[in-house]
Amino acid sequence: MRDVAIVGIGCTKFGEMWDKSFRDLFIEAGLMALEDAGMSGADVEALYGGNMSSGVFIEQEHVGALIADYSGLISNSVPSTRVEAACASGGLALRSGIIAVASEYHDIVISAGIEKMTDVGPEKAMDALAAASDREWEAALGATFPGLYAMMARAHMDEFGTTREQLAQVAVKNHYHGSMNPKAQFRNTITIDAVISSPLVADPLRLFDCSPITDGAAAVILVPAERAREFTDTPIYVKAAAQASDTISLHDRRSLTSIDATRIAADRAFKTARLQRSNIDVAEVHDCFTIAEIMAIEDLAFFEKGRGGPATLAGETAIGGKIPINTSGGLKACGHPVGATGIKQAVEIVEQLRGTAGKRQVEGAEVGLTHNVGGTGGTVVVHILAR
Amino acid sequence: MNVPRFWRRIPNRYNLIGTKCENCNTCYFPPRSVCPPCRRKGVIREYQFEGSGKVITHTTIYSAPEGFSKMTPYVLAIVELDEGPRLTAQIVCDPSEVKIGMRVKSVFRKLGEDGPDGVIYYGTKFIPA
Ligand SMILES: [Zn+2]
Repeated sequence: MRDVAIVGIGCTKFGEMWDKSFRDLFIEAGLMALEDAGMSGADVEALYGGNMSSGVFIEQEHVGALIADYSGLISNSVPSTRVEAACASGGLALRSGIIAVASEYHDIVISAGIEKMTDVGPEKAMDALAAASDREWEAALGATFPGLYAMMARAHMDEFGTTREQLAQVAVKNHYHGSMNPKAQFRNTITIDAVISSPLVADPLRLFDCSPITDGAAAVILVPAERAREFTDTPIYVKAAAQASDTISLHDRRSLTSIDATRIAADRAFKTARLQRSNIDVAEVHDCFTIAEIMAIEDLAFFEKGRGGPATLAGETAIGGKIPINTSGGLKACGHPVGATGIKQAVEIVEQLRGTAGKRQVEGAEVGLTHNVGGTGGTVVVHILAR
Repeated sequence: MNVPRFWRRIPNRYNLIGTKCENCNTCYFPPRSVCPPCRRKGVIREYQFEGSGKVITHTTIYSAPEGFSKMTPYVLAIVELDEGPRLTAQIVCDPSEVKIGMRVKSVFRKLGEDGPDGVIYYGTKFIPA
């Protein structure tokens, strides 16, 4: 195994992009990443594309070939592989690309993520997302995605005394971070009152506790670490790429207040990277719902179990706090094009480690982490990146 | 969910029939044909659950996809059956009534439908015991 570096990044604007197609989005992100690395498409040896549900959202499968074709990579006949793990599809595409380079199978690889969600109505989108749960034994019985996370929130409030205000503060903080990100879907700031008076979706979760339906794409270029300086003066090195699985259904989990796959993937990642939690300067975590961020910062062991809510309310996870979480605005404010999210998280961490994150820059950030969850925790991918 | 996929599991859905591994005495609902701890050593038989259990956690759904939207708000919970396994199910009660730890028992009810002219799905829900 050899070390791997990220030498190029690209990300489209996130939002309801009615004038942009699936093809437009991945071409834009891919070209941006190639340009950033000073490469041409002819240099690319393989492509991994994270995508959850193009079959439902745009009635198109076989998008690996489609992406290679319309990105102009078909002239090299590059192997192009679609990777799917619900909302963790992007994280898996990144890990697949890293493994391909680390194993010396390929030298120059693009890992991308894309989801075009707004070509269908909200009810159909909601149903497509419900397919990340167990269709037969959760969704078919009336479970919705917000409903499953709401049951985790209820259990967390019951076990640790997590409050409605603490949950709301996750959304308030992420909107504040998103307000400084030109790529974010929502750039408005909100208040705790606005969150707790927004309509109920699945009690205790309200509309402003939920990440939105989003179109977007992101891409990164991976190369062997020893070649990184050929392409950039600021390579970002991959220190760990860890993944763990758990039951697909929430009701079969050991715990309803902790995502075990997060704990295990994080332990594997920190062991590989030979780093401590205290070494992490900035992290992008999977806040599909406000409760998900609170559980994530606890399960990643940035905070003790049950301390995630109070720490959030105390500002410890905001830029300037003990460990800034979701400086991009997270899934909540930057948006959540499901297949693209895991790659966007890496793009944000690379910006932070290069020192090019603008107004949302975490001063002196040297090591960052990404945490991408599929479904309610059936798949988790954790990456550690360093300058 | 499409009709064949639902129909295939009708005995399990209507009557709360799961499976039991006779090698380690673990009961499964939803049914499993592989016992994860025993794998190939497992001996899997059908198992009829009593239908009694308690609420482990719950929510009230206000925003639901097609097929369920006419029934909102409805109470959804994770129920732990007395025989051990946990499952996801609706609780037929007022949202203010449901509590963590509440005892419940199974009932046969309509689950949802595929539009006004579509198939009606039946299955197991729970009521306060
Ligand atoms: Zn067994």
